Amino acid sequence: MLNKLYDWVDERLDITPIWRDIADHEVPEHVNPAHHFSAFVYCFGGLTFFITVIQILSGMFLTMYYVPDIENAWQSVYYLQNEVAFGEIVRGMHHWGSSLVVVMIFLHTLRVFFTGSYKKPRELNWIVGVLLFGVILGLSFTGYLLPWDMKALFATKVGIEIAASVPVIGGAIKVLLAGDSTILGAQTLTRFFAIHVFFLPAALLGLLGAHFIMIRRQGISGPL
Amino acid sequence: MHRGKGMKFVGDSRVPGLQHRKPNIPKDYSEYPGKTEAFWPNFLLKEWMIGSVFLVGYLLLTVAHPSPLEGQADPTNTGYIPLPDWYFLFLYQLLKYEFASGPFNVVGAIIMPGLAFTALMLAPFLDPGPERRPSKRPLPTGFMLLAIASIIFLTWESVVNHDWEAAEAQGKIVEEVEIDTADPGYEIYSGSACISCHGDNLEGAVGPALTATAFTAEEIAEIAVNGIERDGEQVMPPSWDGSEEDLKVMTEFIDGLSE
Repeated sequence: MLNKLYDWVDERLDITPIWRDIADHEVPEHVNPAHHFSAFVYCFGGLTFFITVIQILSGMFLTMYYVPDIENAWQSVYYLQNEVAFGEIVRGMHHWGSSLVVVMIFLHTLRVFFTGSYKKPRELNWIVGVLLFGVILGLSFTGYLLPWDMKALFATKVGIEIAASVPVIGGAIKVLLAGDSTILGAQTLTRFFAIHVFFLPAALLGLLGAHFIMIRRQGISGPL
Repeated sequence: MHRGKGMKFVGDSRVPGLQHRKPNIPKDYSEYPGKTEAFWPNFLLKEWMIGSVFLVGYLLLTVAHPSPLEGQADPTNTGYIPLPDWYFLFLYQLLKYEFASGPFNVVGAIIMPGLAFTALMLAPFLDPGPERRPSKRPLPTGFMLLAIASIIFLTWESVVNHDWEAAEAQGKIVEEVEIDTADPGYEIYSGSACISCHGDNLEGAVGPALTATAFTAEEIAEIAVNGIERDGEQVMPPSWDGSEEDLKVMTEFIDGLSE
């Protein structure tokens, strides 16, 4: 049945070359923890992606209850945390995932750095990776405000003040993020929600696609 | 791939006909030299096993430590000491140093992180040589180790200098309790000095809320008379100057609120 379906699609779109490239690509010995235990350092990138997928899925479920509005945001998170079935687990996974993904992407960056894997011909992939790091930090920063509790509000205040201290364009960045040059309130929450849920994930997925296409194109860097 | 004359296509599309296709057959194992492995399914299975172990740890963490939620945001609170998520603590700490704060704020907030991030992004061009071993490129390795050491040091400094107990207390969710203002206990409360620090509805102001205190009536009475001293510092002054009977009525009223 599945084979027939595959053949039906393949006849029309010729997907076999793409599939065989993914399935048959060689995994060299030096990145395989089954042969060298120390090769576990090559797992950090995959684990970063794994947590990213969990973040996207748990985030989608969170938006089923979350209300991005200063009257109801905190109430909706409180309800989600205390009343909704498994709400505590879903929110917990999203909360801890945000920490874990930062840890994993940091370790992944260090692995690539210390194995010198960013060198020619992989410069572009490195740059995309650093941009991904920035996007993930941006997601952490914008997501921190959304529960609209005390620490969220005051940490964001500090963060926005830091952004505002950029020479020349600082004021414009502040207005862009907070929605107002002085008030941090209703506008800020909706903007952070939009950035956290639409803008940055879109950038994240685009960059991830580029990251993966490049790694498939070039293959993983060789042993030291 | 075969092109040009004799080429057949699927209908009017640009997709070549089945006779010109790459067959959907996995590569032979002899095509993987040495201990090289096929990604699908051999290696992916092992990766998934690592992923499963990781997922179990992740879920245990989630179940063991429910994610925190503080009281609803109150922009009018001026005493709140802000704290970012732990992975931004090093930046937060950096901004506390003299060379990176006040008039030099731009140094700590923009220049130093900006330089570090730009250098990271341009690493392939700052370190263009062919040598890949960390020991053979001492400068990049040294700078990265220095950066990691500073991040760890700054995070550590930030953690030990933060008053975690105060942070926990300032963010606590305060449950609203119905206060019976006709209660004789409340009348004594509103006539005493207590109300000036603990609020009209015992919701807390300068002093903490009294609506959910863990103390018994006797302990509350003791505190009201003697105040609280912590680490040689008078956190709450001795405040009670009324009669014993009134004190008893009031403390029992306060104790009753937390039930």
